[in-house]
Amino acid sequence: MADQKTLAEAGGDAPFRRMMRPMEGRLLGGVAQGLATQLKLDPVVIRLTFVLLSVVDGVGVVAYAVLWMITPRMPYEGSNRPPRDWSQLAAFAAIGIALAAFSWLTGASQGGIGMLPFAVGGIGALILWQQADPERRRNWMSGATKGMRKNRVRTMLGVALVAVGAVGFLAVQGELMAARPGLLFTAVVVGGLAVVAAPWLAGLWKELQLERRERIRQEERAEVAAMVHDSVLHTLTLIQRVAHDPREVTRLARSQERDLRNWLYQPAQDADATLAAAVRRIAAEEEDAHGLPIEVVCVSDIALDSAGKLAAMLKAARQAMVNAAKYSESPSISVYAEVEGEEVTIFIRDRGKGFDLEAIPLDRMGIRESIIGRMERHGGAARVRTEPGEGTEVMLTMKVEKE
Amino acid sequence: MTRVLIVDDHRLFRSGVRAELGDSIEVVGEAEDVESAVKAIAELEPDVVLLDVHMPGGGGVEVLRRVLGSGAQVRFLALSVSDAAEDVIGVIRGGARGYVTKNISGKELTDAIRRVADGDAVFSPRLAGFVLDAFASSEAPSIDPELDSLTQREREVLRLIARGYAYKEIAKELFISVKTVETHVSSVLRKLQLSNRHELSRWATARRLV
Repeated sequence: MADQKTLAEAGGDAPFRRMMRPMEGRLLGGVAQGLATQLKLDPVVIRLTFVLLSVVDGVGVVAYAVLWMITPRMPYEGSNRPPRDWSQLAAFAAIGIALAAFSWLTGASQGGIGMLPFAVGGIGALILWQQADPERRRNWMSGATKGMRKNRVRTMLGVALVAVGAVGFLAVQGELMAARPGLLFTAVVVGGLAVVAAPWLAGLWKELQLERRERIRQEERAEVAAMVHDSVLHTLTLIQRVAHDPREVTRLARSQERDLRNWLYQPAQDADATLAAAVRRIAAEEEDAHGLPIEVVCVSDIALDSAGKLAAMLKAARQAMVNAAKYSESPSISVYAEVEGEEVTIFIRDRGKGFDLEAIPLDRMGIRESIIGRMERHGGAARVRTEPGEGTEVMLTMKVEKE
Repeated sequence: MTRVLIVDDHRLFRSGVRAELGDSIEVVGEAEDVESAVKAIAELEPDVVLLDVHMPGGGGVEVLRRVLGSGAQVRFLALSVSDAAEDVIGVIRGGARGYVTKNISGKELTDAIRRVADGDAVFSPRLAGFVLDAFASSEAPSIDPELDSLTQREREVLRLIARGYAYKEIAKELFISVKTVETHVSSVLRKLQLSNRHELSRWATARRLV
C-alpha cells in the first residue's frame, strides 16, 4: 500500500501504463473495468471470468479482492461519485449464485462453498480498508502492531491454533476423510484467526468511535463559530457604525443578548406550538420593534389549542405590549405567563405614566377592541388596572381544555 | 455602612459595579477567582459578597461550599449573566441568599445588597418563576410536606415578584407590611435550600437539556 503513490506518479508517460480502477461504469470496485482497459478486452468478459473463478474454490473473489487492494483508484473529477449500475451487478451476482448452487448440488465443487465465508469476511475487511484514507490506515496499522506486541501470549496462542488447524485441515484433505472432522478443523482455523484478529478488530472499533467523537466535537465547534460570526460579530460591527445613537446601540445589544441567551439556555422550542415559546417570541419581536426591554417569565407551559383561543389571547397580549411600549414611557415592561391546570394567565405590566381608563374615548380601538373585546369574544377575560402615575397592568385570563 | 466584596473574573465588570453602587455601600475588596475569593473573605470579613456564578476554579458554588462549609457567617448575593435554571437553583441551593442578573440597575443592586445584609432574601422575577415552576411541576409524594410545598401566601408573593412587582408594591397589593413580604421570601428561600426533594435539582438540569 505504501508504494501506491510512487507507482501512481510513475504512470502517465511510462511505457507500462499502471492499471487504475475507474469510477465511471464500475459495478463493484472498478477492478474488472480497469483490467479490461489494461488488457484491451470487453469488461463483460473479465466480469464473467471473475464470476466463474469465484464459483471454483472462491479463487475469483480472492483475486478480485487482491486486485482491488493493490490497484489505485483513478482520480475522478466531480463532487459526487457516479452511481453504480445495480441492475448489471445484480445480473452478475445472479449468475454467480446460480453457478455456485448448481456446482454445489452436483457436488462438483466442495471447497468453493467452504471458502465463501472467508471470501465474504475478506471483502468486508477490504471495504473498511478502502474507505479509510492513507493517514488513517497508518494509524490502524501502528495501533494493531502495538496491540500485537502487548498481547504476545494471545498472539502466540492464536498462531499455534491456526497452525494446528491448518495442518489438520491439510491432513484431512489428503486422506479425504469424511466432512465432519474437516469442519471441526475449519472451526479451529476460524477460532485461531479470531483470537489473532480480535485485538486488532477491537482497536479498529475503538479508533472508529474516537473519530466519530472527534467529528461531533468539530461540528459543535463549527456551530459555535458560525453563531459568533453570523450574529455576534455582525452586531458588534453594527454597534460601531451607529455609535452616535445610544437608543439604537441599546436595541442592538439587547437583541443580540436575547439571541445568545436563547441559544445558550433555552431548550429549542417551537414558537408555533407552545404558549411559553409564543409569548417569548412576541415579546422579542416587540422589543426589537420598540427598543424597549421586555422581561418575560413563564411558569409551566401548554400546547396551543386548535380552537384558536390561545392565539387570540396572544394577539391581545401583543397589543398590550405595544401599548405599553408606545405610550407608557416606562423604562421596561414585565410579562408573566402562567399555566395552572386549564387556566392560562398573562400579565403585562409597565411602570410608566398610566392613564385614566374612563377617559379613553370609545373609538380608541387599542384597549377596548383589541384587548378586552377580543378576549371576551373567545371566552376569556381581560382586566386593565391603571392610575395616572401608577403604571399599567393588563391581566388576561383564558380557560382551555387540555388536548 | 455595608461592607461588600466583589467576586468576579471580569475586571471591567468589577469596576463597573464599584462605580454604580451608592454611597451607603463600601466596597472593601475584589477577588477574581475561587482561591482569592476564599482568602479575601477570610481576611476582610465583608457583610455581603457579590458572587459571580461562572469563575475559574469551580465557580461561585465552590466559593459557597468552602466558605459556608467552614462555618463563616457571611452572606452571599449571586450576580450572574446567566439565567439558566441550573445555575440559579444551583447557587441558591449552595447557600446564596439571593440571585440577580447582571443587567440589574445600580439602584436595584444597592437595594438588593442592603436587603441581603439585613438577612433577607432577594429574588429576581426569573428566579421567582423558576421556583414556582419547580414546586408546581411535581406531583410526587414529598418526604417533608412543610419543606416540600409552598403556602398559598408564599405562592402569591412569588407570583407578584415574577410579574415585576417590587417588595413595597407587593405589600400594598396584599395589604401586608414589607417586613411580612420579606419573611415570606426568606421562608421560600429556606425551603429552596433545605428541601431535599431531588426533583428540584433534576428539574433544573432537565431545563438545560435541549
